[in-house]
Amino acid sequence: MQLTNRSKVVVKKEMTWAEKMYLPAILGGMAITFKHMFKKAATVKYPEQTREVAPVYRGVHVLKRDEQGRENCTACGLCAVACPAEAITMEAAERKKGEEHLYREEKYAAKYEINMLRCIFCGLCEEACPKDAIYLTDRIIDSKYTRSGFIYGKDKLVEGTAPEERVDITKRKKKYEFS
Amino acid sequence: MITAILFKTILVAIIFLVSLGIAAYSTYAERKVAAFMQDRVGPDRAGPFGLLQPIADGVKMFTKEEIIPNASDRILFILGPCVFMLTALMMSAVVPWGKSFDIGGVEFTMQVADINIGILYIMAIASIGVYGIMIGGWASNNKYSLLGAIRASSQMISYELAMGMSIVAIILMTGSLSLREIVDGQMHGKWNVFYQPLGFIIFLVCAFAEANRAPFDLAECETELIGGYHTEFSSMKLGLYLFAEYVSMFISSAVISCLYFGGYHFPGIDSLDLPQNLAAIISVAVLFAKTLFFIFFFMWIRWTVPRFRYDQLMKLGWQIFIPLSIINILATGAWMTFVK
Repeated sequence: MQLTNRSKVVVKKEMTWAEKMYLPAILGGMAITFKHMFKKAATVKYPEQTREVAPVYRGVHVLKRDEQGRENCTACGLCAVACPAEAITMEAAERKKGEEHLYREEKYAAKYEINMLRCIFCGLCEEACPKDAIYLTDRIIDSKYTRSGFIYGKDKLVEGTAPEERVDITKRKKKYEFS
Repeated sequence: MITAILFKTILVAIIFLVSLGIAAYSTYAERKVAAFMQDRVGPDRAGPFGLLQPIADGVKMFTKEEIIPNASDRILFILGPCVFMLTALMMSAVVPWGKSFDIGGVEFTMQVADINIGILYIMAIASIGVYGIMIGGWASNNKYSLLGAIRASSQMISYELAMGMSIVAIILMTGSLSLREIVDGQMHGKWNVFYQPLGFIIFLVCAFAEANRAPFDLAECETELIGGYHTEFSSMKLGLYLFAEYVSMFISSAVISCLYFGGYHFPGIDSLDLPQNLAAIISVAVLFAKTLFFIFFFMWIRWTVPRFRYDQLMKLGWQIFIPLSIINILATGAWMTFVK
């Protein structure tokens, strides 16, 4: 049964005298390669240029702070449970007096680690998070010399308090507004 | 006499340095041409447009660890790359690089040695060149290297014949074996390529085969022989092999320009009646332009045509090129005898 018109009947025929010379074919090939010399290179010179990513790109995670600069995460552990790769580990701690400007609720994550080598960047952690605390961003992981370097702690995951250190996640957030 | 010797010494030094410089930048050009033909950028990190890349490569080659295999023949192992480089450089001695200069009433020809059998010398040195590959491949005591060396030598024998016979047709036309006379016979646009198109194609293909360049790089094909004859070589010995290939590419481009494309002559410039020294400078520039075009052509072919299979290579050499070149000689001889 013929499904498409793309199939080609292959015939093993004797080559004609002109074809046996190969020279026309070689000249044709040279014309093609010469044409390509003037085409634009497809290269993205990475550290200087970056390729544009899709709005829903899932890169390195960020732990968000609220408007007053307090960490959103309450160390409930839902992200760790949701994580299919078991990449997330955390230790909870109770907020002391005088730490109200650091953590939004009474419980917070004293230690929060994501193993970037285990992570499959599925985004289930952000779906699981009830506190708007974890989001995936369009940043990518740097290369490291050791495996231990790929375990990102709070120092790398939590965004800064200063306005320019905040990580924009509006593009990711839009995804959840529709659903 | 002293001035003549001094001039020749300086000329030798200049040709040596220019050959090496052009070979170094051929490696850069090769990578750039390959990149452009494949819609890439190519090396662009070392210096502006990556122009310092050959220097970086050279430093890399020098600082790599030098490994001589235990089971190898030490003397031959070291001799191999030296012979290859030496023969590649020796070929430049008889190439006429330009018209003669006139400094203070003394004529200085831009040619190291105007021997009257220049073309024979080129053929001889070119065939010694394969000894570098053979010695290196044999001394490595490695099956792949030996296979590469065997391929190189059998390829050399098959293509030397056709190459020599395509040159015979030119010698018939010029009546001289001297390269300078062959070049001067092509004045006023009477380039040999118009009279010997078949001979030119045969010579060009054989030059590719002799220079071990794609599509005839069977002696060193990475995919089959892991580098062939230079599998065991490391550090600057490998560098010499790779480098000598570019030197011989440069020299054979110059020889192709001299034999078929009028060498340092260009139609129109000869009849301008310029002062001698200016004419000499222009003639050198003309030859270099032609040579650089052929270096580009070598690269162009390399990134267009895939490698031949070994039996195809042998068939092309023995069954097609040798009969064709004999027919070419006969036709040229008949034309020279009966028509001219």
